[in-house]
Amino acid sequence: MERIPILRMGEFLLVTIQVDMHDQLALTLQEDLTTQIEKTGAHGVLIDISALEMVDSFIGRMIANISGMSRILDAHTVVVGMQPAVAITLVELGLSLPGVKTALNVERGMHYLRGLAENGEVGR
Amino acid sequence: MAKGQSRTAAILKKYEDELLSDWMRHLAASSGKDSRLSEEKVRGQAREFLSLLLQATQSGDINDTSGAHWKEVGAFLDELSRERVQQGFSSDQTAMFVFSLKRPLFDRLRSEFGKDPEALAEETWTTTELLDRMGLLTVKAFQKSREEVINRQQEELLELSTPVVKLWDGVLAVPMIGTLDSARTQLVMESLLQRIVELGAEIAIIDITGVPTVDTLVAQHLLKTVTAIRLMGADCIISGVRPQIAQTIVHLGVDLQGVTTKANLADALSLALKRSGYLVSKNGKA
Repeated sequence: MERIPILRMGEFLLVTIQVDMHDQLALTLQEDLTTQIEKTGAHGVLIDISALEMVDSFIGRMIANISGMSRILDAHTVVVGMQPAVAITLVELGLSLPGVKTALNVERGMHYLRGLAENGEVGR
Repeated sequence: MAKGQSRTAAILKKYEDELLSDWMRHLAASSGKDSRLSEEKVRGQAREFLSLLLQATQSGDINDTSGAHWKEVGAFLDELSRERVQQGFSSDQTAMFVFSLKRPLFDRLRSEFGKDPEALAEETWTTTELLDRMGLLTVKAFQKSREEVINRQQEELLELSTPVVKLWDGVLAVPMIGTLDSARTQLVMESLLQRIVELGAEIAIIDITGVPTVDTLVAQHLLKTVTAIRLMGADCIISGVRPQIAQTIVHLGVDLQGVTTKANLADALSLALKRSGYLVSKNGKA
């Protein structure tokens, strides 16, 4: 079964979505990510969607769900690299993804997560 | 009817050259000295029209201009009108090109059928109907060309009126001018978001000084744009809010969802610089 790889970078987990996300893949990702957060004790998750050219309401909801689940597990999620067309589609669909932090690219995303770590908002 | 169709067609064939010269005389008389069109050009067009007319009338029913044999005449008139539009002629001047053929044709008909009033009346009617239809074709083609020009200009206007400018490193501005409708909003969103990605700008300032009225629909469009910007990881400031607009927004109960608004672009820029971590100081005596 294909899975999306989850990489570990220090305290953070890095997920790069590079293939078209069909529903089963999205659900598997949810499972894997929550498992990994618990296993590694990560306090930050960075999801890179810069390769996603098309997003439907299911993916949109899935991103919001992952963000919520991670939060409960004491990890902050940042979604980076959203393409303009995807942003417009989500807005037209009425999905503004409240509570999901976004950043323009991986660099800014990491900067944000590190900022949170330093300020003591995450970790001990 | 069969006889009728060959009679006018026969006239056209027999007197082709004289019709041409008479017609040219009438054209010159009605349009005078017009430097936009040379005499040879007009003569060439007239000759072509006559020969196409001849072909069409010989090969089919003179009254059925929708038939296949009239296609070439139609295409010729289309092209002629298009050219005249580009040269700046009005639609009646273009239509006169066809209508001024009536006099020479009727003169010939009268000399041929003068002794036979029935035939003369019949032929005159057929011919006048035919030339009227041809003239109307040029007017229709004229309208269509003009509409194409208008549509193209509208598109260009749309593109010109929403430029995205870089105010500072990481700060973009979009001065909106004119009414904000869904087509405009779509255009602004696309170009603004594209630039945000290209430049890695984290703050976009939307200036609405040039937007005359803000109603719930316009506010909706603005908020859509703001949401899209935020989804991508940047933030938005709205500037150029005029007193009337502020009143309207409160009266309508529009929820701006925490978007910072500033009365002018200067204040918005100042805020954007501050958020980006810049400090602006003035040189000079302490």
